[in-house]
Amino acid sequence: MMMKQPDNALLQAFADGQLDAAEHTELAQWLATHPEAAAQVAQWQAQSAAMHTAYDPVLDEPVPAHLLAAARNAASASNGSRWGMAAAIGWLAIGLFGGFIAGRNTDTTPATMAHMPLARQAAIAHAVYAPEVRHPVEVGADQRDHLLGWLSKRLGHPIVAPALEPLGYQLVGGRLLSGESGPGALLMYEDASGERLTLFVSADTGDSATAFRFAEHDKVKVFYWVDAGYGYALSGTLPRERLLTVATSVYRALNP
Amino acid sequence: MIDTEALVAELPRLRRYGRALLGDVARADDLVQDTIERALRKTAHWQGGNLRAWLLTLMHNVFVNQIRRNDALRGASEADTVELAMRDASGDGLGLRDLDRAMQALSADHREILLLVGLENLRYEEIAGVLNVPIGTVMSRLNRARAQLKAQLDGSTARPALTRVK
Repeated sequence: MMMKQPDNALLQAFADGQLDAAEHTELAQWLATHPEAAAQVAQWQAQSAAMHTAYDPVLDEPVPAHLLAAARNAASASNGSRWGMAAAIGWLAIGLFGGFIAGRNTDTTPATMAHMPLARQAAIAHAVYAPEVRHPVEVGADQRDHLLGWLSKRLGHPIVAPALEPLGYQLVGGRLLSGESGPGALLMYEDASGERLTLFVSADTGDSATAFRFAEHDKVKVFYWVDAGYGYALSGTLPRERLLTVATSVYRALNP
Repeated sequence: MIDTEALVAELPRLRRYGRALLGDVARADDLVQDTIERALRKTAHWQGGNLRAWLLTLMHNVFVNQIRRNDALRGASEADTVELAMRDASGDGLGLRDLDRAMQALSADHREILLLVGLENLRYEEIAGVLNVPIGTVMSRLNRARAQLKAQLDGSTARPALTRVK
């Protein structure tokens, strides 16, 4: 069949699979004898394929909990759901309380962080203590055995400080915090440049999930998980993928 | 009213779109969150139809507002550089680095049209609706964007690889 030279828009529609079956077949036949146009179409299609290769891995990542919560809230809000209202009040309370905690200058009083999700407790603890110059920890790494013995006793659970030296992080020390349901432990690590990470551990947070989750609060990134009744959260301000690398090491160290 | 699980089901795709649009995980998730919140405010206006196209429309509007408000934020920050370098080290390959770098070098208009066509597979009419432009503009912008992407990819092979930032 003879066909006049298709314009660019028609070629693009072909490349993007937007023609109906009859048009598509007709143009495919024309392209079979017009290699230059066929090469152009193939190049456009290769661009789209490259985008899928580059970005499709995002589809396999777990969706952050805060986005899931926001979506569930969004979808039910028009229903006047109690949950949505309760969540809104909860976030407001957290915001006020977080502001209160973050605004404190003293570093010697254990923070009270009742009724806060694990990741948020950890992020706030990180935001409060990581910038601290003079008193970042209550007990330093020079008294490592005493530190871990003390925290283990107070939490009623063996507290282990994972060795992160292979990743460039040294233990600075730790402190006792007040977690959602009892005491919490905060271990602090630091690399040669002074970049700090904190590992927050507290008893059962009421969160039954054990998978790695990611959250971010005010530039503090947190990977957290719950294991055998204890919540663990690794916080830092370094890029997410580096934090994930460290979180994976921590998890392995705690679950040999 | 929007169906909860239908909205949740769109989240991975919205995150992918945001990542490709902004080239940064945290900012992409912020954009998704803002989009969901806008959907919450506008849920009464939801008339059914293509939920994905509607959400992408909201996301486009949030994105455009952000650009207007925050032009200073454009361009790769140091954190972005580290992140891309890390991905290379983790073996994701040259394709991701080159394509992502080329995409981020394009104008936002061009990046959006390429993603809506190539990644989201929306019909041209739907894209005209998402971007609120005539369909003729969709076609001409798409043509230019593809040429720009090709130029970026062709040029990128001559550039040295990103050095890893500690």
